[in-house]
Amino acid sequence: MSKVVKRILITGNEACAEGAIRAGCRFYAGYPITPQNELIGYMSKRMREAGGTFIQAESELAAINMVFGAAAAGERAMTSSSGPGISLKQEGISYLSGCELPAVVVNVMRGGPGLGNIAPSQSDYFQATRGGGHGDYRTIVLAPASVEEFATFAFDAFDLADKYRIVTLVLTDGALGQMMEPVPGSLFSDMKPAKRQSKKGWILDGCRGRKARSIKSLFLKDGELEELNKKLQRKYEEISKKEVRCEVLYEKDSEIFLIAYGIVARIVKSCVEKMRKNGLKVGVIRPITLWPFPNDIISKAVSKAKSMLVVEMSEGQMVEDVRLAVGDKCKVRFYGRSGGNIPTEDEITKILIDSRRGK
Amino acid sequence: MKKVFSRSKLLKDVPTHYCPGCGHGIVHRLIAEVIEELGIREKTIGIAPVGCAVIAYDYWDFDVCEAAHGRTPAVATGIKRVLPDRIVFTYQGDGDLAAIGTSEILHTANRGENISVVFVNNGVYGMTGGQMAPTTLINQRTATTYSGRNPKLDGYPLNITDLLKYLNGAYYLERCSVHSPKEVLKTKQAIKKVLQNQIEGRGFSLVEVLSMCPTYWNMSTQQAVDWIGANVVKQYPLGIIKNGDQA
Amino acid sequence: MGKIKINKEKCKGCGLCVIYCPNKLVRISEELNKKGLYTVKFEDNGKKCTGCSMCALMCPDFAIEVYR
Repeated sequence: MSKVVKRILITGNEACAEGAIRAGCRFYAGYPITPQNELIGYMSKRMREAGGTFIQAESELAAINMVFGAAAAGERAMTSSSGPGISLKQEGISYLSGCELPAVVVNVMRGGPGLGNIAPSQSDYFQATRGGGHGDYRTIVLAPASVEEFATFAFDAFDLADKYRIVTLVLTDGALGQMMEPVPGSLFSDMKPAKRQSKKGWILDGCRGRKARSIKSLFLKDGELEELNKKLQRKYEEISKKEVRCEVLYEKDSEIFLIAYGIVARIVKSCVEKMRKNGLKVGVIRPITLWPFPNDIISKAVSKAKSMLVVEMSEGQMVEDVRLAVGDKCKVRFYGRSGGNIPTEDEITKILIDSRRGK
Repeated sequence: MKKVFSRSKLLKDVPTHYCPGCGHGIVHRLIAEVIEELGIREKTIGIAPVGCAVIAYDYWDFDVCEAAHGRTPAVATGIKRVLPDRIVFTYQGDGDLAAIGTSEILHTANRGENISVVFVNNGVYGMTGGQMAPTTLINQRTATTYSGRNPKLDGYPLNITDLLKYLNGAYYLERCSVHSPKEVLKTKQAIKKVLQNQIEGRGFSLVEVLSMCPTYWNMSTQQAVDWIGANVVKQYPLGIIKNGDQA
Repeated sequence: MGKIKINKEKCKGCGLCVIYCPNKLVRISEELNKKGLYTVKFEDNGKKCTGCSMCALMCPDFAIEVYR
């Protein structure tokens, strides 16, 4: 009798919400926007079941500032949206960064710019990795490529955010958000949050037994703000050393590396499997943390590869980071589809075949 | 002789940056006195606005959080929901509350968040040099209404506190002033009331305080207090606008 | 009867106390404080101050202490 393998069929958006709850997130403020509505819908029921706070705010902008307050009070707090809403949250994210407050923000990307459309896209990469807000700041950016990863990255995001007191962005797209995929039955029950460090040293919970304190990002005195910036930069360096995540396939013998993240990486992988069967020495590099970007891994891979092809659902954004990492050591080509279109295997394969014939 | 009046212990012994004759200093003192009298210093969290009072945390000796311009009520919502037994109040100016923060104050009131709001209405944007605010009076000259506020071009003075009256979530709304000792005492009572409401869990309570801004009204202190008494109160009448106790 | 003490360094010479002292016992003096602002002076030769605290109520700079 075959062993019954218990699995859960769940959308990416809902898996993300459940992952957050399992990480101990007890404050969520959000606003409806396609393609992320399943997340706020699921959270509205589940968060209150878990004894936390759920607020559908009057705007994405209010939502991020509610998250700011909850984080200042020491709670694990989260908000989610899609591109247009994430744009409204940029001011809040800059303030969170200036105040060194931990928070998790989820962006289920859609076609842009402007109202764009509600189909999947990766065209918010610059906004996510360069920061759409003002000032020198970084946010950790995790890019899941499966429903399971969407859940586990949401779970991990809270530990990362608290560990470094930084905003951690989980960046995915409408396809991954809305599609359903089976995940292991014990995925969620196995999620046990690690022991959390006390936040008593810096949160605002009333000055009983301590001096009064404030949480702020206004530094008017001479040199104060630069000092804060230097402190932030030291933090970002540490994160860049310790928290890079990247997946590489066929590292040893590949002449051409395809580089893609999120759902596009899945397309690229199946493409590569087929081409390798036809004797093409092709590999895959899948950045998982888009910031910190896996520069070293990419530049190392270049020593063996003749050329690289970056594939994105945009007009080319991550390709710039790849070129920065590679320099002039090898040719980096780009293929992308925008406006909510997804690159297909055939298109990618054709690009590769043409490139081999030196087109 | 016994000392009968001195600086509240909740006010740090530092000079303030406010202009001579500005009402902010008075409202800061009243808040400190009330919090001291209610004995809630150790569980109070104030939220400072972006505006003249942005560095209120340099003057109050209790926990204060800074908020982005206009987002003060949203930050307060986040804190209060996470720490419901703490006393959370926002301190906001007319630009912070009635211009960029209109959506936040309206929805925070509409959700009946159990917080207190101290809304200082001095009719201009002080910190940035005296520009028109939503509460600037008709024909009042400011840095951006050089020949006087013209409703056809600049809109009408906004009675935001009266607007909030229609929201079921708004429990208590009052408008006071600090342009004379009598009004200062009434303002202190109102501040006590909005904080007391919160302690008793009655819900969203706001006090609007008309305040002098001699510098950007281009007036002497005397002219400024007279201006409030003669003109501002006509557009912004003093008194209790909504009292949930009597609903 | 009453008297008040004015913290000269905190006073900005705004004159709110001068306006509201019922017995007009406070006036803006020629004395400058460190910031170069004219500060107010309490002069009560006739012992008319009742310690009513009107001045302190109005002082935005917490500069007045009242005794009775």
